[in-house]
Amino acid sequence: MLELYATPVSSRLLLGTARYPSPAILADAIIVSETEILTVSLRREMARGQQGGAFFGMIRDLGRRILPNTAGCHTASEAVLTAKMAREVFGTNWVKLEVIGHQDTLQPDVFALVEAARILCAEGFEVFPYTTDDLVVGEKLLDAGCRVLMPWCAPIGSAMGPQNIPALRSMRAHFPDVPLIVDAGLGRPSHAALVMELGFDAVLLNTAVAGAGDPVQMAGAFARAVEAGRSGYQAGLLEPRDMAVPSTPVIGKAVFS
Amino acid sequence: MKLIVNGENEDLESATLADLLVTLDYEGDWLATAVNGEIVHRKDRASRVLSDHDRIEILSPMQGG
Repeated sequence: MLELYATPVSSRLLLGTARYPSPAILADAIIVSETEILTVSLRREMARGQQGGAFFGMIRDLGRRILPNTAGCHTASEAVLTAKMAREVFGTNWVKLEVIGHQDTLQPDVFALVEAARILCAEGFEVFPYTTDDLVVGEKLLDAGCRVLMPWCAPIGSAMGPQNIPALRSMRAHFPDVPLIVDAGLGRPSHAALVMELGFDAVLLNTAVAGAGDPVQMAGAFARAVEAGRSGYQAGLLEPRDMAVPSTPVIGKAVFS
Repeated sequence: MKLIVNGENEDLESATLADLLVTLDYEGDWLATAVNGEIVHRKDRASRVLSDHDRIEILSPMQGG
């Protein structure tokens, strides 16, 4: 079974909670996805404490493990402070560490990411870094104390699906024992199946589900795709060949002429 | 005393961070607070004395990806 910071996880789908048409649809999508881990965020409370309270109550009632993020942070110090505030609110050492480096692509600032990861790991956080598919950055994050890596496969919310499959393959090969979660860029169930077939341990989705015509149905579709991809990977995939190979044995075939 | 609360200018006489939360009618165990870029834990709010021009952030859970 997959273990994330010594926590066994049976569902390999992590789900974001943003951008759903309604709280009821979000709740249904969570149930249908069978996810065990939800990402959430922190924002300025403008409604005298009531706005966040309603959302928090709903999430708490669903009984899933919470992975707070540092979305929107652009510096290491901002991300570290946000992580500390999230730990106080959600009572977990887990944090999805995001330090955004580019406004258009939302590409992580990997230098600030490593810096923030080092500080947070030293303070007892269990860091899930949103990173690129760069192997050297991955090494540095592990050196900083991370035990999970979450590479993008395309820009956040783009739904483009895996843009650099060779890089994802080499990441899997280079870090055989590190849980690798594809975070960001998946658009379709087939994208999720593909990265699971590459041997990734899990996927983190948000927009692909929340923005679908029917988010609840899409949550189910992704859940099955993730399972199918994982199962295919475990079963041992056939490598493509250049030539046709008859599937029906030729030996013993009748000769009619 | 001039304070900046969640980016808004406020003119309030709150001796401590805990007083400020009461004055502004914030309640709930889901709030996180920071003053001048440093976290102030729940248990420390009553002893965190505020000064003129302090920047206060009051955050709460919201949807995220």
